[in-house]
Amino acid sequence: MNKKFSLNTQTAVLIMAFVMWILLSLGSKSFLSGPNIQNIMRQMAIQGVLGIAEVLVIVTAGIDLSVGSVVAFVNIIMSQMITGDAALSIPLAIIICFTFSALIGLAHGVLVFDFRLPPFIATLGTMTILRGVVLLLSGGSNVFGLPRSVADFASGDANFLGLPYLFWLLIITVFVIELVLRRTSFGRYIYALGSNPEAARLSGVNTRMVTYGVYMMASTLAGLAGVMETSRLWMGVPSTGTGYELDAIAAAVLGGTSLMGAEGTPAGAFVGALVMTTIYNGSVLLRVNPFWTRIIVGVILVVTVSVDQWRKRRAGE
Amino acid sequence: MEPILEVRGITKRFGGLTAVDEVDMQIYPGEVVGLLGDNGAGKSTMIKMISGVYHPSSGQIFYCGKEVAIHNPMDALSMGIETIYQDLALAENLNVYANIFLGREKKKKFLKLFNVLDHSYMHNEAQSVLKRLDIDIPSLRNKIAMLSGGQRQAVAISRSIYWDAKLLIMDEPTAALGVAEQKKVLDLVLTLKSQNVPVIIISHQMRDVFSVADRVVVMRRGKKAGERIVKETSPDEVVGLIVGSVEH
Repeated sequence: MNKKFSLNTQTAVLIMAFVMWILLSLGSKSFLSGPNIQNIMRQMAIQGVLGIAEVLVIVTAGIDLSVGSVVAFVNIIMSQMITGDAALSIPLAIIICFTFSALIGLAHGVLVFDFRLPPFIATLGTMTILRGVVLLLSGGSNVFGLPRSVADFASGDANFLGLPYLFWLLIITVFVIELVLRRTSFGRYIYALGSNPEAARLSGVNTRMVTYGVYMMASTLAGLAGVMETSRLWMGVPSTGTGYELDAIAAAVLGGTSLMGAEGTPAGAFVGALVMTTIYNGSVLLRVNPFWTRIIVGVILVVTVSVDQWRKRRAGE
Repeated sequence: MEPILEVRGITKRFGGLTAVDEVDMQIYPGEVVGLLGDNGAGKSTMIKMISGVYHPSSGQIFYCGKEVAIHNPMDALSMGIETIYQDLALAENLNVYANIFLGREKKKKFLKLFNVLDHSYMHNEAQSVLKRLDIDIPSLRNKIAMLSGGQRQAVAISRSIYWDAKLLIMDEPTAALGVAEQKKVLDLVLTLKSQNVPVIIISHQMRDVFSVADRVVVMRRGKKAGERIVKETSPDEVVGLIVGSVEH
């Protein structure tokens, strides 16, 4: 690759974010205020965690459409478990939520590896099924009466070193998943699987376990996002998480993840989530018609990926 | 002398199709054997049974004098049977040393608790094996996708050598290579032979096989059509075996 043009998508998008921040701080007095920055951090935390979940599966040349439904599923069962007369303790409820999420991921792994379903179909199935389960469990209505402490975790005062707890969860997730991908053989196998599954198998890699592991990690991260969402909403909302999977995929792709597999990093998803959240947040502050916001995000996504493709083709020549 | 590898009456059926039919074959130490045949003659199926990708329908495999069952690629690798496939079986988005160690990464303890990859060890080991085989690759941190066909083939070969191959199987090693690179790969085969590593080489290129092999085994429609010592035969006779105009 040419050194002069080694500007990768991730860096380009990061620069884009900085430019936006400068323009927005000129355009709106409140943009760079402490509360607004904290708000952006809390907003991007959930999207960032889901983006990292997508990075994991997309690197294996898969996809996970179910993350939004997993968020809703965890949101509802957690809300139901910690309310009412027979309320469980919050840590126990969270452990149960993670267990269910991991089992959903295991189901994806089995469907994709053993039943040879395309990941798109397998996770489209669970996305639809889980949404139905959520509506059945909740009867379609919100769950109220969660303990105050749940909301406190995501509140404006819940800071450590000046950063919201939710944002810390995102930072820890980026850090841990980066380490797994860079420093462990499991991480290496995830890239090998996306690069050439046959080569991985012939080299003696246990591709079944890697597939199971990737989908379980992705769904567990979606479960974590569900717990974070519950804290933010302070109630169970059956319709929550709708469309989150697409924002998560967009965050991953904006961060340089290739849908062809074997390319992408959690740090990239972080940057992607930052840009998208900045756009959503900035449009509100600038009083842009919210209908336009989606159009802006879509255009940026398409342009970024087109430029990336063009750059790669040129590098290949 | 005892053969390193011997297969007896090996057969592979896919449903009604018999891809390999009762084939016998031996490979002796330090010998290069060419496995020849037309498309669909059963050459690839044959080596895939030795390398553990397919399980034979019937027949026996003897390795160093003992009968063995090879259930999966890892079994073959742990015995020292290394295979370089036609499509090279390299992960293009991983770098050179990651490919050499793929599936068998060297790890070290981090905080006495976690097994993490030992990048510098793998990098240095890869460098020394490439040097031993006189292979020149600019940076081992380059992804395979950035290498030429010959360099990829060289990486695949050095992976096998690094893992101490007792028997090396090469499927079409010179297909898709430039002329200079073909020569380089064939030189590597001779280097291995001089180090007493037996090699089975599958090729369409009669010239390649005649330049490196000691013996050729010809397959035709799943059966063994014949076997010749290279010094005692001619390309014409071998072509005759391949197309069926010469009986064994």
